[in-house]
Amino acid sequence: MKLKSRHLLGLEGMSRKEINLILDTAETFKEILSRPIRMVPTLRGVTVVNLFYEPSTRTRISFELAEKRLSAELVNFSAAISSAQKGETLKDTVQNIEAMKIDMVVVRHQASGVPYFLTQCLDSSIINAGDGAHEHPTQGLLDLFTIREKYKKIKGLKVVIVGDIKYSRVARSDIWGLSTMGADVSVCGPTTLLPVEIEKMGVKVYSDLDKALEGADVVIVLRIQLERQKGGFLPSLREYTNKFGITKERLKNLNENFTIMHPGPINRGVEITPEVADGPHSVILDQVTNGVAIRMAVLYLLSGGEGKVE
Amino acid sequence: MPRKPKSTLVMDAKTIDRALIRIAHEIVEKNKGAEIMAVIGIKNRGAYLAERVAKLIEKIEGVQIPVGLMDITLYRDDIQTKLEQPLVQKTEILFDVVDKVIILVDDVLFTGRTIRAALDQIIDFGRPKRIQLAVLVDRGHRELPIRADYVGKNIPTAKEEQVKVKIKEVDGEDSVSIVKQ
Repeated sequence: MKLKSRHLLGLEGMSRKEINLILDTAETFKEILSRPIRMVPTLRGVTVVNLFYEPSTRTRISFELAEKRLSAELVNFSAAISSAQKGETLKDTVQNIEAMKIDMVVVRHQASGVPYFLTQCLDSSIINAGDGAHEHPTQGLLDLFTIREKYKKIKGLKVVIVGDIKYSRVARSDIWGLSTMGADVSVCGPTTLLPVEIEKMGVKVYSDLDKALEGADVVIVLRIQLERQKGGFLPSLREYTNKFGITKERLKNLNENFTIMHPGPINRGVEITPEVADGPHSVILDQVTNGVAIRMAVLYLLSGGEGKVE
Repeated sequence: MPRKPKSTLVMDAKTIDRALIRIAHEIVEKNKGAEIMAVIGIKNRGAYLAERVAKLIEKIEGVQIPVGLMDITLYRDDIQTKLEQPLVQKTEILFDVVDKVIILVDDVLFTGRTIRAALDQIIDFGRPKRIQLAVLVDRGHRELPIRADYVGKNIPTAKEEQVKVKIKEVDGEDSVSIVKQ
């Protein structure tokens, strides 16, 4: 059993078998993280470039730790302090980096489709670490992993994704992944932040939070992307909080053993109250821990020999 | 036309039993007891043999022996050259290896590369007092300076021959045979 592609661009089109392979492999890697020496020599001699055109704390550190724990060599690139500032194009930048002999590229970019573009101009394996409003597959996988870890299954669970669906790559990866694994997925948010025809992805759509939350098992709270809110999608943040903010009172109609998730970074008091974010049902920090294991699994599975000269 | 592979039985269930009992006694004798001992089996078949050896030592000495299972995939030296990444399985070592006498158990000792990987992995868990190696079959053809402390049976083989070990728990029977292609 292996992954069909040597790149990870998104969860769209990935089969249940492939997702299970990644999740099962990640379980092994999670055990490594609890050892006295949290490191294995598996990717010795493999060079990974972390190409970050957008700010990131969790994803970047998580990938970096995953690479280090597999003994890969890594190089960090961040657009803010590079020749991208002098006007060097993306294609020139990556081709120059590849000319220095690398094996894998982890890329985060504000434009959707950049990871795919890189597969067309590079020989390296490409891992999408978030592209525009398209996908953030490793986040989707770690969400699946966290849900499966808690409920021992994904199939049949009712999952509600709340917030800015329109600009959220996390929402898209979550929807693809969860639907493939057989969960019952709904989205909920202000109509201005729900993409047109989102129901074609096979989800139920709500603009009333209380209705959406009825009988839910898992609530994935998305961040309101303050940096993208200049376009007048919301009358005010306070109104958003009143209508869609996750508070303790709102969670009465959920299943008893419900779970609160958030991909981070949290705007405390906007999309979620601190009481809920730090409460007993929150698995937000487990998500972060599992992120390293998932990224180790992805790096391991994609570093296979295909396309390599023996 | 491809020749049909020829299989010769070299150990049956009874012989395997006797060999494991002897190995258990040798382990106890050489270590003068089993107080600080733990057994670690290399997946897949070594893991079942490890359980059996540990039970036998427990019977002889009347002490509890912790048993661990180990998957060495992530420590292989050929992982970058394989076309397909092997499935990684769980390693379960739920005891502290520090200052223990570790008996490492595998079914077949061949090139020694698996054992090298296992030794590296154990040492990443801590610094044992001693590590000793017990194998059911030593078939020769070492590529590294590694030897077993306890051997069920030495079986001289040609490199192109295969040693097929069957274990009741996975294969439905206990046997060792040589397969000629």
